[in-house]
Amino acid sequence: MNVTSSVREPLINGGKTWADITNDICRQVEGKPSKSWIIAFTISVLLLGVGVFCVMYTWFVGIGVWGLNKTVGWAWDITNFVWWVGIGHAGTLISAILLLFRQKWRTSINRAAEAMTIFAVLCAASFILLHMGRPWLGHWALPLGNTYGSLWVNFNSPLVWDVFAISTYLTVSVVFWYIGLIPDLATIRDRATNKISRLIYGIMSFGWNGSAKDWSRFEAVSLVLAGLSTPLVLSVHTIVSMDFATSVIPGWHTTIFPPYFVAGAIFSGFAMVLTLMLITRKVFKMEDYITLAHIESMNKVITLTGSIVGVAYITEFFIAWYSGVEYEGYAFINRATGPYWWSYWAMMTCNVISPQLFWFRSVRRSILATFVLSIIVNVGMWFERFVIIVTSLHRDYIPSSWAYFSPTWFDIGDYANSFGLFFTLFLLFSKFLPVINMAEVKAILKSSGDVQTGHGKTGSAVSDKESVTHHS
Amino acid sequence: MSEVKSYLVGVFDDDDVLLNAIRSLREQGLKIVEAFTPFPIHGIDGALGLNRSRLPQVAFMFGATGLTCALTLQISTLGYDWPMNIGGKPHLAFPSFIPVSFELTVLFAALGMVGTFLLASGLGPGSQKTIFDPRSSDDKFILVFDPAKNDKFSLEEITSMLKSAGASEVNIKDIVEKH
Repeated sequence: MNVTSSVREPLINGGKTWADITNDICRQVEGKPSKSWIIAFTISVLLLGVGVFCVMYTWFVGIGVWGLNKTVGWAWDITNFVWWVGIGHAGTLISAILLLFRQKWRTSINRAAEAMTIFAVLCAASFILLHMGRPWLGHWALPLGNTYGSLWVNFNSPLVWDVFAISTYLTVSVVFWYIGLIPDLATIRDRATNKISRLIYGIMSFGWNGSAKDWSRFEAVSLVLAGLSTPLVLSVHTIVSMDFATSVIPGWHTTIFPPYFVAGAIFSGFAMVLTLMLITRKVFKMEDYITLAHIESMNKVITLTGSIVGVAYITEFFIAWYSGVEYEGYAFINRATGPYWWSYWAMMTCNVISPQLFWFRSVRRSILATFVLSIIVNVGMWFERFVIIVTSLHRDYIPSSWAYFSPTWFDIGDYANSFGLFFTLFLLFSKFLPVINMAEVKAILKSSGDVQTGHGKTGSAVSDKESVTHHS
Repeated sequence: MSEVKSYLVGVFDDDDVLLNAIRSLREQGLKIVEAFTPFPIHGIDGALGLNRSRLPQVAFMFGATGLTCALTLQISTLGYDWPMNIGGKPHLAFPSFIPVSFELTVLFAALGMVGTFLLASGLGPGSQKTIFDPRSSDDKFILVFDPAKNDKFSLEEITSMLKSAGASEVNIKDIVEKH
């Protein structure tokens, strides 16, 4: 039997039974949408509408509607791309790496975090298409022999690696997420009271019936997918960082970029998971499943990765001076004191100083503080990408071509589009699919439930019976 | 052609009781068709005598295929079909082939293994596998017996063996089987 030390905090509170888990998590899937959901969904769709207009305008007119100029050729587009991809990384970290490490607290949050991954990667991909300027020629990035001869894509280019990395990442994330959903969709199908939902969830659940042989295969698939996703997620942000690191731009040409970017990605992703989960647990009343123990664990990951990012910033600065390269040194002095000093210090404050507050247990376990800090971290991580991209580009080797980038309304509108898309998809997910992995939470109930481990008050007769069988 | 077949369905309330029941019932000579549970139970494969899934090997084979395809693609296009002079570097620059090779290995392994899993388990959109008790996706653990394969025992005997092994209910379920 699976035994967990009694020192460990329970991960499921409220003396839940297996049936309670099913009821609690299916409730919002089966019920009518709540008022707060409808309001949030309306706002998201409106935002998406404005965003789609801006994106269409950008497509028709061209990326000249952005604030780009001859010197700053990448700005908000690539900033937003890297930011969204980075956010996606937390979902894979939670579902894959924490699975390999056998972290049980992953079970309550992995479903929503993976959904977040998929939606974030879609948002990121939208910027990749958009920044091409002519998105209808996006397939030119694929190795298709073209009509002008057999000229192929250049496999030495990190931009081509990125095409493969992002599309593989999106595909594998969707597959991993969907496979995990199948048993829970079957639960909803088996409970469905009307024909339409039985039909739809029946098709979506692929006919799953929970036989022991299927579970055994399911577990093998989950484990191998986790093993594949772990190096995959590390490779994705490594390759994203190589988009910069393999160039010769001072400020980009840095060997620490891959680990520094991966740490930053997990840092921002966990912050986004917290922002979303704190709202979800409140709105859907899931406080018993996403407990303070979960929040504290995530905050610890934020402190760790935030500190890695801080060390990376300082290392970059030190190496810029230590290398003795004039351009490199100037790029960094310019970051901190040049025209974009405010973005540099916004990044330093949000990413290096603010997560250090989580060293205090009371801050780690405060919902309000966690919520505020999770947003601050994401603001900071957006500024990090902005600093890396724009401040490295805007003053290049020839002072006569130095320039300043300011966003236009279309820069802002296209960014708003990604928020509209992200929240619309997330809200649809949270209404129609189970936001918590029921099967996995049920599987850890005996080893991590409060009553079952003797933490909570022994209340109902059912709980008593279960705790007895647990110790037998 | 379809025929109606009767199965004996034992319902259990607890996974540990189920595991012990499987072990003792098999020792007593009962043949179990299948167990259905709301979540994966560790040790149930061994108790039921199921073979270890060979899906990891399948994943490896697909991964190897992906790697081969990726290398073939990169070597044939950049090395032979249209060699490009990029900064005077070698046409076959293997270090820069690593990322794409890795990604395609992962992609093939993941998709191939998941596809094989769905095929092997008969899962897919529109597929309907037999559900002996819908509560097995909620909080009940189900053991299914085929009386025809357990003709050493009468229905009453199997029922009482199940009850003494801890089953909370024993039902008879008629399933229409298509041939």
